[in-house]
Amino acid sequence: MDLSAISPVLLIASLMVSATPILLAAIGELVVEKSGVLNLGVEGMMITGAISGFAIAVETQNPLLGLVAAALAGAILSFIFGFLTQVLLSNQVATGLALTLFGLGFSSLIGKSYSGVKPPASARLDIPLLSDIPILGPVLFRHDLMVYVSVAIVAGVWIMLKFTRAGLVLRAVGENHDAAHALGYKVVRIRLLAIMFGGACAGLGGAYLSLIRVPQWTEGMTAGAGWIALALVVFASWKPWRVLLGAYLFGGVTVLQLNLQAAGLAIPVEYLSMSPYLITIIVLVIMSSDRNRTALNAPASLGRTFHASH
Amino acid sequence: MTGKRDPLLSVQGLTKAYPGVLANDDISFSVLPGEVHALLGENGAGKSTLVKMIYGLVHPDRGEMMLNGVPYAPAKPGDARLAGVAMVFQHFSLFDALSVAENISLGMEHPPRPADLSEQITRVSQAYGLPLDPDRLVGELSAGERQRVEIIRCLLQDPKLLIMDEPTSVLTPQEVGILFETLRKLSREGTAILYISHKLEEIRDLCDSATILRQGRVVATCDPREHSARELAELMVGEILQAPERTSANMGEVVLDVSGLSLPAPTHFGTALENIGFSLRAGEVLGIGGVAGNGQDELLASLSGETRTAPHCIRLDGRPIGNLGPNARRELGLLAAPEERLGHAAAPDMSLTENALLTGAIREKLVRNGVISWAGTRKFARRIIGEFDVRTPGPETPARALSGGNLQKFVIGREILQRPEVLVVNQPTWGVDASAAASIRQALLDLAQKGAAIIVISQDLDELMEISDTFAALAAGHLTKPRPAHGLTVEEIGLMLAGMTTEEAPHADA
Repeated sequence: MDLSAISPVLLIASLMVSATPILLAAIGELVVEKSGVLNLGVEGMMITGAISGFAIAVETQNPLLGLVAAALAGAILSFIFGFLTQVLLSNQVATGLALTLFGLGFSSLIGKSYSGVKPPASARLDIPLLSDIPILGPVLFRHDLMVYVSVAIVAGVWIMLKFTRAGLVLRAVGENHDAAHALGYKVVRIRLLAIMFGGACAGLGGAYLSLIRVPQWTEGMTAGAGWIALALVVFASWKPWRVLLGAYLFGGVTVLQLNLQAAGLAIPVEYLSMSPYLITIIVLVIMSSDRNRTALNAPASLGRTFHASH
Repeated sequence: MTGKRDPLLSVQGLTKAYPGVLANDDISFSVLPGEVHALLGENGAGKSTLVKMIYGLVHPDRGEMMLNGVPYAPAKPGDARLAGVAMVFQHFSLFDALSVAENISLGMEHPPRPADLSEQITRVSQAYGLPLDPDRLVGELSAGERQRVEIIRCLLQDPKLLIMDEPTSVLTPQEVGILFETLRKLSREGTAILYISHKLEEIRDLCDSATILRQGRVVATCDPREHSARELAELMVGEILQAPERTSANMGEVVLDVSGLSLPAPTHFGTALENIGFSLRAGEVLGIGGVAGNGQDELLASLSGETRTAPHCIRLDGRPIGNLGPNARRELGLLAAPEERLGHAAAPDMSLTENALLTGAIREKLVRNGVISWAGTRKFARRIIGEFDVRTPGPETPARALSGGNLQKFVIGREILQRPEVLVVNQPTWGVDASAAASIRQALLDLAQKGAAIIVISQDLDELMEISDTFAALAAGHLTKPRPAHGLTVEEIGLMLAGMTTEEAPHADA
């Protein structure tokens, strides 16, 4: 066993990469849940984004176009969910689960001809000057564009929810849809927009996996990342920065345990493999253990069907 | 309000039909500037639909409205607000997890910056004697304070017409007094108020004119001060009303004894019960008054057995039952009917027969060896429907399909027919029209006459005064000492509701 082979700098740098898919999916789902909708289809939207982005990037040889396509595919898939639950008033839990099953099946159908294909490489974005700072440079400033985009989305969501009227209206709709309706806000329209934003984020997260992190297409490659994203949102008490923290913690432990496996630590591989899930959940459960404050931040209308009575 | 002035709002031939009902049929009336105009009617008379049309939430099928002499047809509430029409809703349209300032901002078309808004809220709330802290979470406020949030939200937009939908149903008498002062001040300043209520004394006290609706039509327009409350009520109901009657109150032994009952608040927005104690004799009707959210639901849950306590806190016929669940208590004769009809007292999607089984299984012996006797259950459901005049196609109708009043008659009837020794009811006539309410009250009194002890938890003080033998007030989880209801004045009740204990008012014991 040789622990000295693990470089802390590389570890931190790679944890950001490894956490980005979950972070993207979770921040999108946070917005969806803040509007009062529970979309359990994150996994399905992620994998659909992964294959759509991969296919478009391979066909056009343009990774950026692939990412755009992934966001679009995620948004379209989530629109199906939105239409079913918001307009046709179907059950959100059942529809979300169906979306995941559909996404998994659909992606493996499309993906048949893409296994083993290599996608075009995405450019690494070395920020000049900043990336030359010792330690901080490689850790923070030598990533691909999407790592920064994902952090920017978290910051944007935080600002939107906390400081803007649009965010206030979104929270109001998630808190009490009947009251929001009585005040003249378009509950269904606002929720559809939130759902599609969530779908686009999940799609991006999926494409980040297949285009940048891995990068190749394998069937079922999201491997439960969507479910972790869903759990993160709840354990992070619907707070954007906590979602970031949780995602990086998960990413960090994932990378660390891979390194430990490589270093030949005398712990069975199974325990190491489950450690990211366990540790993330334990930490976030402890952080959200004050039930009252969590309850306050939880959207009160979450998962309830809205039907205008007049 | 004398002399001819141009009306602020005039409504001509407004009609709105929903599938199967004509909610509003050719409604015409007008409101003068600065006038307090009452809209009177029973539940289902069409008051809510009418004001929703004025506020732009519902669009009329026919008819037109004029505001300040110009045609007025708001497509959405935002248009109505811009035109100077504001509305305070019956069920508050507030967001518990948001602050007062955020709640107010949501109801404005062009809200100012948060800091300016907070300053405006403080200024307006002081000017109208409605103190309010803009930074507090609405979930922490009392019902009266919540209503202030709604009113200030309206006032900040300088409305010409303020619509108030049943504003006093959740307020203590003192809070009603403060509200009326504010409304009179607004009226003097030229704001017209459209005041919806079915509390006749209030309307006679406050309003300059009244439009009375019955089954979607205008049946009369009058000056409420020139008519007695009884005349107004009969116009509203369209029939002669009979007050509940009770021949004599002969009380027996103590059957229910509650002492030292304390419970922590079940949720963040719930209320803790603190050292509740009272005793109840056979044949006695104990009225527990208080504004919702002061522990009513928690008290009902602890009496019905949904929340358990130490055994000795609650004694039925001397036997400690605090640790028993609802079914064990039912078996012993302690029955309860909670406030929330759909989802608590009845399962909305189940038929009346199935709902009859849910609480009646034990005392009516509808289950034998784990097998349901459907024939017996249907018979029981039919008995309830027949004896309590529940208007429904039959016992197989789902509970959800019944109107509020009919379902309430069913829920109360279901418990009464099980011959309870002690019956606890919470808000027995909430949202029920006057004639159904009268029959429910009569049924409760008849039950007491036969020797059952009854606890009525209600926000409707008139109701409690009408049927109670003893009265106690529940305020912030404390229950005052029960006092004979006969001869209590409104002021005394107000003090009890405001949380003054009997120690603070030493003359209290009668």
